[in-house]
Amino acid sequence: MARHNITVAGRPDGQPILFAHGFGCDQNMWRYVTPKFTSEYRVILFDHVGAGGSDLTAYDRQRYSSLHGYAQDVIDICRELELTDVIFVGHSVSAMIGVLAAAEAPELFAELVLVSPSPRYIDDGDYVGGFAEPDIRELLDSLESNYLGWSTAMAPAIMGQPDRPELGEELTASFCRTDPQIARAFARVTFLSDNRADLGEVSTPTLVLQCSNDIIAPVAVGEFVRDTMPNATMVQLEATGHCPNLSAPDETADAIAQFLHRSSPVRR
Amino acid sequence: MTTGGEALDAFLAALLVDDAAELYDRAPCGYLSTTPDGTIVKVNQTFLTLVGYEREELVGRLRFAQLLSVGGRIYHETHYAPMLRMQGAAHEIALDVVRRDGTRLPVLVNSVLERDPDGHPVVVRTAVFDATQRREYERELLRAKERAEASEARATALARTLQQTLIPPTPPEIPGLDLAARYRPAGDGSEVGGDFYDVFQVGVGDWVVVIGDVCGKGVDAAVVTALVRYTLRGVAVEHARPAQALMLVNQVLRRHGTARFCTVAFIRLRQAGTGWECLVSSAGHPLPMVRDAAGAVREVGRPGTLLGVIDDPPLHDVPVALNPGDTLLVYTDGVPEARNGTEFYGDQRTAAVLARERGAAAELAAALLADTLAFQDGTARDDIALVVLRVPDGPTVG
Repeated sequence: MARHNITVAGRPDGQPILFAHGFGCDQNMWRYVTPKFTSEYRVILFDHVGAGGSDLTAYDRQRYSSLHGYAQDVIDICRELELTDVIFVGHSVSAMIGVLAAAEAPELFAELVLVSPSPRYIDDGDYVGGFAEPDIRELLDSLESNYLGWSTAMAPAIMGQPDRPELGEELTASFCRTDPQIARAFARVTFLSDNRADLGEVSTPTLVLQCSNDIIAPVAVGEFVRDTMPNATMVQLEATGHCPNLSAPDETADAIAQFLHRSSPVRR
Repeated sequence: MTTGGEALDAFLAALLVDDAAELYDRAPCGYLSTTPDGTIVKVNQTFLTLVGYEREELVGRLRFAQLLSVGGRIYHETHYAPMLRMQGAAHEIALDVVRRDGTRLPVLVNSVLERDPDGHPVVVRTAVFDATQRREYERELLRAKERAEASEARATALARTLQQTLIPPTPPEIPGLDLAARYRPAGDGSEVGGDFYDVFQVGVGDWVVVIGDVCGKGVDAAVVTALVRYTLRGVAVEHARPAQALMLVNQVLRRHGTARFCTVAFIRLRQAGTGWECLVSSAGHPLPMVRDAAGAVREVGRPGTLLGVIDDPPLHDVPVALNPGDTLLVYTDGVPEARNGTEFYGDQRTAAVLARERGAAAELAAALLADTLAFQDGTARDDIALVVLRVPDGPTVG
């Protein structure tokens, strides 16, 4: 529990909905979305090991050298909390982490919601991931050798004064806080992974939430995910950018709620 | 000399030129305003000059992130934009802007997100500072940090290598005796300590065990430690009496001109029947302890003066018989002087471990080292060296 900084809210007897954050930040990314779900569901949030308030000493270079280590963590969290019939909501890289977890332990998951997913960031033949290999190499090199490393190291100092006091000081201290070495390793595993072959393995009912003008996960990639997964639908959001959970939390939450009520109308 | 009238004229002229529009357009930093999703709605001339674009090419056409390098775009989407949404501001973010001609401009960026009275985001205001020289300086710092780390790693490796020459390369053995030794450098072992020990043969059934401590640390101390250790080996062959050998080491130290003094415990062992006859001499060193087969612990030897300080240090040879079942323990002051707050580990705790651990020499050595380290929370503040000699219970193999 402490390892992943797990927080649980909402209805104790509700169906569990597990939110997983993407590369760059932590569970606070879901802050504006989760209030829509607390009256009906048991809402579970966590930080990936290496991010936010997780236990940095639990970071194992070997375990987290592929997304399977992160997927195993999701499964471990579900088993430890004895969750079944789980709705998994994963943003960015965590969308693929959820796909891998559902492929490994399909019995745990009722639905998947993939927010801005990409199974492969690098173009490959006919497949358009949005980035050329040199682009990603440049990103990783820059993360490894120069300013992004410095920026990350300085992140706690550059938070500044939140002008939204309800977020509280605790958030200021932890938001986007990460160890630069771990951030680099996470960037590497995020942007070099190729999980296209895993998509077909997962028949869990799945919603793809696709943003407009997302330079990290373009529309063609969302469509690829929808078309490759046996049981997926896609909703195109008006939200722009890569983080609709922040830029358009209402639209995001509504799309998720609509999907959940449509795909399994009988709720407990 | 400026008269009051001229100063007022200059003030009014500056005031006239620097109206709000001029202040914005020709500010000493780039300004741009964007919609909450990043579309550029307004830029100042300084920004256009920095990036080499015309106003019409940017306003209403491009989003700020599109002006960034690929690495910067990903950072923008995954860190910068979320931070701005959550905190309302982001400061001193380092990014690379790609100019119209494809060259890169390292910048530092500050942004604030303005919201309407209902809290809905309306506009993002961004100030962009040329950070070319600062970035180069950061790279220099990073390179310097890497060089410092590499240099530290080399120094540590050198200290470890040097340290290894001050103790026997393989665990020493004496036929007919159960012998164990431990050495633990202070702290993280990045500095060479002054402790040493040695075990060597001078004749048939005739052995020398020495342990000592040269004051100080580092390469200078290691030079003296090596000198003492090799001198001991040289003189021990010629001189049967430990006190004589130590006296010669004292002369060598005095002639060497080093200000470093040293303590040594010298034990000469001769096999005699089922046991061993020893001569023990201490030059300022903690006296060895012996536990007999019945379990009684006593100090052996007589305190003498440390080496390298005066010309004729008082030194004494004391005969000690080691019988089957007896165990002799000798150690450097890193054991009794281990500290927990103001409290020392002391001789009594040492004697208690010796009394308690009745097994093989290696078990006693490991137990004493572990207990000493545990007493000081796992980190040795001083080097620790210890040697254990145990005469087996049964008939010894000659």
